[in-house]
Amino acid sequence: MLDNLEEIEYNGLLNKIKEVRVDGYVIMQICATKIDESYEVLYSFGKDYDVRHVKITIEPGTHIPSITDIFPAAYLYENEMHDLFGIEIDGINHDYKGGLYRTAVETPFA
Amino acid sequence: MKISKSPWLLHYDGSSCNGCDIEVLAATTPRFDVERFGIINTGNPRHADIFLCTGGVNSQNQDVVRQIYDQMPDPKVVLACGICACDGGIFKDCYNILGGTDTVIPVDVYVPGCAVRPEALIDGVVKALKILDEKAEKMKKGEYRSLTSDEYAEKLYGDPQEAVPEASASGDKEEKNAG
Amino acid sequence: MASKRSVIPFGPQHPVLPEPIHIDLITEDEKVVEAVPSIGFVHRGLEHLVTKKDFGEMVYVAERICGICSFGHGYGYVNAVEHIMGIEPTQRAKYIRTLLFELSRMHSHILWLGLMADAFGFESLFMETWKHRERVLDMLEWATGGRVIFSIMRLGGLRKDVPDEILKSFLPELDKIEEGIRACEKAFLSDPAVLSRLKGVGYLSKEDAISLGCEGPFLRASGVARDNRMRGYAAYKDVDFDIITSDDGDSYGRCYVRIQEIYQSASIIRQCIEKIPDEGIYVPIKGFPNGEYMTVIEQPRGGACYYVHASGKKFIERMRVRTPTFANIPALAKTLQGCDVADVPILVVTIDPCISCTER
Repeated sequence: MLDNLEEIEYNGLLNKIKEVRVDGYVIMQICATKIDESYEVLYSFGKDYDVRHVKITIEPGTHIPSITDIFPAAYLYENEMHDLFGIEIDGINHDYKGGLYRTAVETPFA
Repeated sequence: MKISKSPWLLHYDGSSCNGCDIEVLAATTPRFDVERFGIINTGNPRHADIFLCTGGVNSQNQDVVRQIYDQMPDPKVVLACGICACDGGIFKDCYNILGGTDTVIPVDVYVPGCAVRPEALIDGVVKALKILDEKAEKMKKGEYRSLTSDEYAEKLYGDPQEAVPEASASGDKEEKNAG
Repeated sequence: MASKRSVIPFGPQHPVLPEPIHIDLITEDEKVVEAVPSIGFVHRGLEHLVTKKDFGEMVYVAERICGICSFGHGYGYVNAVEHIMGIEPTQRAKYIRTLLFELSRMHSHILWLGLMADAFGFESLFMETWKHRERVLDMLEWATGGRVIFSIMRLGGLRKDVPDEILKSFLPELDKIEEGIRACEKAFLSDPAVLSRLKGVGYLSKEDAISLGCEGPFLRASGVARDNRMRGYAAYKDVDFDIITSDDGDSYGRCYVRIQEIYQSASIIRQCIEKIPDEGIYVPIKGFPNGEYMTVIEQPRGGACYYVHASGKKFIERMRVRTPTFANIPALAKTLQGCDVADVPILVVTIDPCISCTER
C-alpha cells in the first residue's frame, strides 16, 4: 500500500540508490522491520513533496553496504538500524560501532 | 534559620518524554512561580537541596542519577515527578527502562500525573520542604544521615550492585558536608 | 605555529537544555573544527511496545514520544493506521485535529523563543514569552483537559468533542497572545544586543540544507519553501496559509521564521473556528489493520515520518517514527563547524532539539 515502492534484491541496492540520487531525491529515513525470520529494510527518499521508497529483504547475518557514500547524512539511520536490529552494515562514514543507542538488551528488535 | 526558606532545586531528565520537564520549567515561570518559596533552579548538584527527577530510569542514565544524588549534600530530598518517575508508567514494559526513580535512589515524595501538573508539583515541593526541615532537625541531633545510593541498593536488593567503598558511614558523611 | 586540537565535551547535562544530548566539540583554540553528536541518554525503546500494546493503545504510547509535540505524534500514528484501514474521519474531527495541532505548534514555538532567550542570557524575556505560552496551554486545557499531553486522539476520530462555545472563546485569547508576541518580537528581531548574538551565527546554505535532509523552520530559514502541511492532510487543504521562509540562513532567520509561524498558526485556528462544520466526531472502526503505510506530517520542529507495518493482527508489526530533530542532527554538526565555542549553546537551541523525540 506504500506508493512509489520498488522492491529490489540487496545486491542491486547501491546502483538503485545512485539512480535515486541522480533523480534529485534526498534521504528521508531508513527503517528495518522484522517479518518472521527475515528483515525488511525500507529506504525512503523525498524530493519536495514526492516520496519514493526502496525496499530490500535480507536474511539474518547478511552484510549490506552503507549508502553514506551517496547520502552522507544517512549515517544516523544506519547506526540506529545496526544497534536495534543487529543488521551488519559495511562502510558507514561515521560508524558508532554499536554506541549510538546503549541499550540494556543487545539488538532488542532482532 | 530553616533550610526550607531557601532550598535550591536540581532537575534531571531521566528518560522522560519531556512533558514533565516542561512542566517543571513552567513551574518556575511567572504563572506558577515556585520561586516564591525561595527556590532557585540550580545546575550544580553540590548546591542543591531538592532533587527533581522526571522519567523512568534506564540502563544508560542510572549511574548519572546515582552520581547526582550522591553529590548532593545532606539534608536532601528527592521528588519523583510524574508517573514514569514514580513507577515507570506507560514505559514500564520497555526493554530499556528499569523502573521508577526509586529503583536506584531513595525517593521522599511521589508526584504522579502524566504529565505532572505544576500545581501538583508545587504541592509536592512544599511537602518536600517539610521533610527537609525534619531531616535537618534530626541531623542536628546526630540521629540521621541519608543513605548513599550504594547503601540503598544494598538495602533494596541485598547485595550491592557495585562494591561498597570501605569508608565508614560517618567518614562518608563528613566528606559530604564538606562538599 | 599550528594550533593544538582539543576535545570539549558538551552535555549531556547542560544548563541550556532541559534534556540530555552529548556533542564532542573538536576545537582549535576557540574555533570548533568538528562536532560529533552522540545520543541515546533517554532511549526508552517505545517502538518495541507494539508487541505489548494493541494497535488502539499504541495511540497513547505514540503521544508520549514527546511532551511538546505530543499531539502531532498521536496524529501521525493515527493517520497512518487510518489510511491502512481505509477510515475517513468526519470533517469536524479533521478540523478539531488541525486546530489542536496548530495550538501545539504555537506553544512549541513560544517555548522555543523562551529557551532561545535563556540561551543568550535574557532571563526576563524568557519569563515574558513563557507567560504568553500559558495562555496557549489554557486553551489546550479547555479543549482537551490536558496541558501538555492530551490523549484526545483516537483511531477513527476523537475521544471527545470540543464544544462551539469553547472554540469561540479562543478568539479573544488568540488576539491577546498575538499582542504579547508582537511585543516580544521587538526584542528578538530588533534589539541590538540580541541581534549581535543571532545575526550571521550558524549560517547554513540552501544547498546544504537540502542535501543534508533538514526539516522544518531550520530548512525554511535557509530559503527552502517546503512545509509538509501543504500535503493537505487533516483540514489543511481547506485553510489558507503561505509557507514562511527567510533567506538569512542564520540564527536570526530561524528566529524570524518561528515568530511568523506563531501568527500563521493563529490565523489557521481562526479559519478553522469559522469553517468548522457541525457533525459527529467519531467513525467506528472494524477489524485489524493490514498493510503498510508511511505518513509525513509537519511537526513544530519539521517533517516527521510515521511508518506503520501491520499484518491483520491485534498487534502491529512495526511502528517507526523518524522525528525532525533526528533529521536535523547532521546539519547541526555541519553548522557547528567553524563557529566559536561560545556560540555552541545558541546553535544547538536553534534547531529546537527535542531529544526525547529523537531517541524514543
